[in-house]
Amino acid sequence: MAMRSTDVRFSRRRFIQVVSLGTAGFAVGCSDTTTNSTAPANTGAATVTLSDLNTFIRIGSDNAITVVIKHLDKGQGTTTGLAAIVAEELGADWSQMRTEFAPADATRYNNLFFGPTQGTGGSTSIANSWMQLRSAAAAARDMLRAAAAERWQVDMATTRAEGGQILAGDKQATFGELAAVASAQQAPTEPSLKDPTEFTLLGTHLPRLDSAAKTDGSQQFTIDITRPGMRIAAIARPPRFGSRATRVDAEAALAIPGVEEVVEIPRGVAVLADSYYTANKGRQALTIDWDDSAAETRGSEQIRRDFRSYLDKPGIVTREDGDPSTAIANAATTITTDFEFPFLAHTPMEPLDCVAEVSANGVEIWAGSQLQTVDQAIAATIAGVDPANIKIHTQYAGGSFGRRATPDADVVAEAVSIALAQTDKRPVKVIWSREDDVTGGRYRPMAIHRITGSLDADGTISAWDQRIVSQSIAKGTPFEAMMENGIDPSAVEGARELPYAIPNLRVDLHLADTGVPVLWWRSVGHTHTAYATEVFLDQLAREAGHDPVELRRRLLLGQPRFLGVLNKAAEAAGWGEPLATGQGRGIALHKSFNSYVAQVVDVTISPSGELNVDRVVCAVDCGFALTPDVVKAQMEGGIGYGLSAALREAITLTDGVVDQKNFDTYRPLRIHEMPAIDVHIVNSGEAPTGVGEPGTPPVAPALANAIAAATGQVVTALPIAAQIRDG
Amino acid sequence: MSVKFSLNGATVETDAPADKPLLWVLREDFGKTGTKFGCGIAQCGACTVHIDGNATRSCVLPVSAVAGRTVTTIEGLTGTTAQAVQSAWRALDVVQCGYCQSGQIMSATALLSKTPAPSDEDIDRQMGGNLCRCATYHRIRAAIHQAAGRSEDA
Repeated sequence: MAMRSTDVRFSRRRFIQVVSLGTAGFAVGCSDTTTNSTAPANTGAATVTLSDLNTFIRIGSDNAITVVIKHLDKGQGTTTGLAAIVAEELGADWSQMRTEFAPADATRYNNLFFGPTQGTGGSTSIANSWMQLRSAAAAARDMLRAAAAERWQVDMATTRAEGGQILAGDKQATFGELAAVASAQQAPTEPSLKDPTEFTLLGTHLPRLDSAAKTDGSQQFTIDITRPGMRIAAIARPPRFGSRATRVDAEAALAIPGVEEVVEIPRGVAVLADSYYTANKGRQALTIDWDDSAAETRGSEQIRRDFRSYLDKPGIVTREDGDPSTAIANAATTITTDFEFPFLAHTPMEPLDCVAEVSANGVEIWAGSQLQTVDQAIAATIAGVDPANIKIHTQYAGGSFGRRATPDADVVAEAVSIALAQTDKRPVKVIWSREDDVTGGRYRPMAIHRITGSLDADGTISAWDQRIVSQSIAKGTPFEAMMENGIDPSAVEGARELPYAIPNLRVDLHLADTGVPVLWWRSVGHTHTAYATEVFLDQLAREAGHDPVELRRRLLLGQPRFLGVLNKAAEAAGWGEPLATGQGRGIALHKSFNSYVAQVVDVTISPSGELNVDRVVCAVDCGFALTPDVVKAQMEGGIGYGLSAALREAITLTDGVVDQKNFDTYRPLRIHEMPAIDVHIVNSGEAPTGVGEPGTPPVAPALANAIAAATGQVVTALPIAAQIRDG
Repeated sequence: MSVKFSLNGATVETDAPADKPLLWVLREDFGKTGTKFGCGIAQCGACTVHIDGNATRSCVLPVSAVAGRTVTTIEGLTGTTAQAVQSAWRALDVVQCGYCQSGQIMSATALLSKTPAPSDEDIDRQMGGNLCRCATYHRIRAAIHQAAGRSEDA
């Protein structure tokens, strides 16, 4: 394994305390106060603070090891990955490992990259937990060794942890047998981290910990929670974003057997019933007058035209190298292309849902909470209590892709509002219908790019001038602090960091307002910036007569991680080998969330113009791949998700009303459309980085480049199906 | 009017409204929450159960339609074919979020019961009604082929 040597030093401020949990064994935790997300594996200093307030690992006297998971697992394999870190450093056997989700408590369970906020996103779960959990597990392991040394009256240096046991000579004891004694041990001030060359679990195939429960129907999701006396709520929402109810007639709804109460909340009108089926019947029976005076009434075509009106005006510059204007004016050749991207819905398979129950001093919540601290704070405001009195039971979520990380707490806010609005404060479960989900907003923003590129007489790219028009995700939300000088980084990420050696380069941005709520959607801004930049680069390559891979190699000299994945993908795909008539092959390369991904897509276009995506070859450098099969699964899933959007997905509006309603009109990829996928992990030996999102951005541009290679047609607006049909 | 049917091998009776979809009767009245709600219009397959052995979308089927029939949910799935499917799913770690997988497994088991060695086209035809937003399709196909091999061996 090509990793750097172990040399972790802890600051003198570090202290450790151990909490005895009686027969439950002992618990240990630590928090890493550094926020250096890019430190290579095991190099440099880690400032680690261990405290009893901060608990991650429990070793039971029954020999079960429970890892407390501070992140949401919505399918990306976080529980498996975080447990693997602990198992490795502890010296546990994989079969001993269990997980449970942490309570909402940012003082112990904050995302180290999010400051004082507990939450999951930006493909950070493994990266921010890496040193934190290793340190905690190493401390626990050393305490088990000390306990064994004391019991056997041997030097601790002669003990070692292996397969869930402490061994010394011919003596052995399980972790469970030692747990109680270990809890009384002096905590090590400098627990020794394993040298990565000694890893036996990390980097190998470890079965997912959630596979069994997710294949026999026993895995509990929020939608499966039942509380005594619980009611189900269905919410009638405004037909347009920003409409408000002015008059509600609930008489017909209340006459339906099983409908128990109707309450108004800020986001609509909730019908409470004994069944989801009945609650929905009740919702349909409501008569509501809506006031549209503050609503978004434009259609998406009008919004698109309004966005386009910014294209001729200079925006706020977010990157400027050299003098692109002069270079373009003096160039032998210039090309300008506009790229257009629609609103996109996330449509996780489990619709948004939440259970809320008013407790003695606050509210208890069950949800696939992705931003526990935000959900907690908003619930506390609604309930008028201290955030500490909002208890969140995080549940496995049936997908999210960003949808469950909302600045306004969305379904959590609804459930809490309804729970409190009832005459009789019963537990409430809110379940969104699929129509609520598809029409409910929080979409990937619409975006339009204009790029002008210039070539010298010898075919060298002399300038690149990119203008982006999109909508801010952060503006007007608790995340507004992410804005920098009028720039929402989520609108330009991936474009302003363009890695290619182009001497004159400018990226500017217009943020246009709409009343359509938007949100991060798997890989966020990279969903459109990767497409515009990688498709445009291929246009320049064709214009100048360069091979797309050769051109990228030349523009990426001295950038080994980009080159590593580029070369691996090209080699594995057989780049340069001849293709059959009607076939095309395209490549795209993109870095997002500190991971590097290159993909090669092969397509076949039938004589009648039908597009088939034959194969995707993917090379990923996410640093050290802790659980390689989970990395592969995330690449496969990220490719499928990106492909689905590229081929067919779009949210459109007519007079402010969303046109798509359900999976018959918003149509994700199905099994027969899934190409063969071949994933290669390039191990750069760097610290682990994210994999949930980085697989998504390159697939659409690689597909477009393959179509261009096959047909000469450059797809400049997504989804592709729409443009091919129109074109 | 009550409806009587066989659920996972036991005879059950419900007083639910006759037009209440079977999905919600299973989930709310019988606690069989392994069967999931995804769309409510038979477009995603998360609600797939077996009725007299056939894969059926339970979200649009009124409970009255199953009077006297045999309903099997993921919780009641038994037999060598089902075991082969579930162990292939685990061996290949098909699941990601897992929410659609009960439906996928019900569809795959029904397919293999009737077509023990399905072709890719057979898989496309049977499994095309089951959406997976995590796009685990690649592994679903591989797991069905693997289960088919094991079923033949058994």
